[in-house]
Amino acid sequence: MPTVLQGATNQAQPGQDGPVPGHLLSLRETPEEEIQGLLDLAFSFLEVLEREVKKVPTLRGKVVACAFFEPSTRTMKSFDLAARYLSADVTTLTGEVSSVAKGESLEDTARALRQMGADCLVIRHPLSGAAHFLARRVDLPVINAGDGRHEHPTQGLLDLLTLRERWGDFRGRKVAIVGDVLHSRVARSDIWGLTKLGAEVCLFGPPTLLPERPELLGLPGRVRVARSLPEALEGADAVIALRLQRERQKRGLLPSLEEYASFWGLRKEILDRWCPEAFLLHPGPVNRGLELDGEAMEAPRSLVEEQVRRGVAVRMAVLYRVLAGRAGSSG
Amino acid sequence: MPVGRARGRRVNAGPGIGGADGGISWLMPSSGREQGGEGVGEQEAWGSHPGWRLREKARVMDGPAMTRALKRIAHEITERNQGAEDLVLVGIRRRGVPLAQRLARYLREFEGVTVPVGVLDITLYRDDLTARGDKPLVYRTEIPFRLTGKKVVLVDDVLYTGRTVRAALDALMDLGRPAEIQLAVLVDRGHRELPIRADYVGKNLPTSRREQVEVKVEEVDGRDEVLILEAETGDPRSEDGET
Repeated sequence: MPTVLQGATNQAQPGQDGPVPGHLLSLRETPEEEIQGLLDLAFSFLEVLEREVKKVPTLRGKVVACAFFEPSTRTMKSFDLAARYLSADVTTLTGEVSSVAKGESLEDTARALRQMGADCLVIRHPLSGAAHFLARRVDLPVINAGDGRHEHPTQGLLDLLTLRERWGDFRGRKVAIVGDVLHSRVARSDIWGLTKLGAEVCLFGPPTLLPERPELLGLPGRVRVARSLPEALEGADAVIALRLQRERQKRGLLPSLEEYASFWGLRKEILDRWCPEAFLLHPGPVNRGLELDGEAMEAPRSLVEEQVRRGVAVRMAVLYRVLAGRAGSSG
Repeated sequence: MPVGRARGRRVNAGPGIGGADGGISWLMPSSGREQGGEGVGEQEAWGSHPGWRLREKARVMDGPAMTRALKRIAHEITERNQGAEDLVLVGIRRRGVPLAQRLARYLREFEGVTVPVGVLDITLYRDDLTARGDKPLVYRTEIPFRLTGKKVVLVDDVLYTGRTVRAALDALMDLGRPAEIQLAVLVDRGHRELPIRADYVGKNLPTSRREQVEVKVEEVDGRDEVLILEAETGDPRSEDGET
């Protein structure tokens, strides 16, 4: 089984049967021109965020249901505000999932939300494939807000938007992704997005936190693994630091956090030395002093705050695509 | 449940992100791009029927006629506003924008004042977003000056149902509180569906609903002209939203 599918439930493995229309489930299934189209849209929505009155009537009367079965502040708030800026109503459900009967209760929850009038479902779930599972079983457009270690497509899109504004074109660009690739759905979405738009991706992290076949995480020939941090960073046009998922480190994959910080942490002087021109991105929230030191985060190269703002614009774009033009034409 | 079923239910709502169905993809509505359509004027938004075969019926304005009409409008604007003080021009994407820029140029020639020009995209304010099968692209609104207290002249190419202007008025109100909003159009073709009228009209053009008025401008289309096109068969309006 390819690495991407690890951790998938039996009912629905991500991408197993090809793309499911009408949803945003993964960047792996999203063609390049559609990614570009979403980025164009998001760029337009950025302007709305800069207005004095940050509200347009576009999705008035639509209801966005956010179901977050995993702790999240940033993504949840980002979707919430994105929906409100478009005049949609938002209802949010949060909670941990019990380890039994997950699929069943998830489906029932989604069906109930639909009966209450939800027009689309934004789902964050600890199981890879949860979003695909719902997309196939519930008659609602589903937006994946992060499923297990599978994908986090809106995070991938916001990283792409942030970099596209700086670069215009991704062809010939080299991006280093450093950290816990194994558990990172952000990395999976980033790698698909970046390689589809023409960039090359170089991965680096502790061997225990790299997947078995990392080259399968993106378009063939565009993903490689570095043997050292300098090798990963040298010549990079951008560096994406991944969050060390401490909540997923209980299996003893790391000797200690201190060791992680000293071998794989990105410090300002390391970045200045090996890739002085590269932009720095991080999906947040940052474990300061662990995968990234405070100085690196505050440096001019850091686009971390731009990412957050673009996250809202990207989610407005996705909600617009999913919800505008749906009602009058559904079959 | 087999995937096919879920897909079957959803395709009509607009084929999805995967786009594997061979149909149009809802992420990239092809119509907008292929037409080079950056933003939508009223005719593109509510009156155009891309799936219809249209034939040219008449050429009602050529370049010099358009220039004369715009120059006259520029004079009318300064006459009515006693100059160009506190005046700003806002063009509705797409063809309202070059027309607004030309008006600004004439105002500079005639009055020696520089009138700022803004760009308005009304897509987010349209009243038919949920009724259409396609997904219009959204372009940026670029109004880098304050509207509050200004006299705004809204500029579009064709005035038809009035729905674009309604959307534009709402959009402007969200951006500030202008002292006054006036409307300038190159062509008024009638068939209003809302109580809206233009303050400045380049040419009144009686048309039937079967017809389509096409304004071409040098900056976008490579030449200046106004054409009347006619649908070859049927009633194009009944097809609205189906293309």
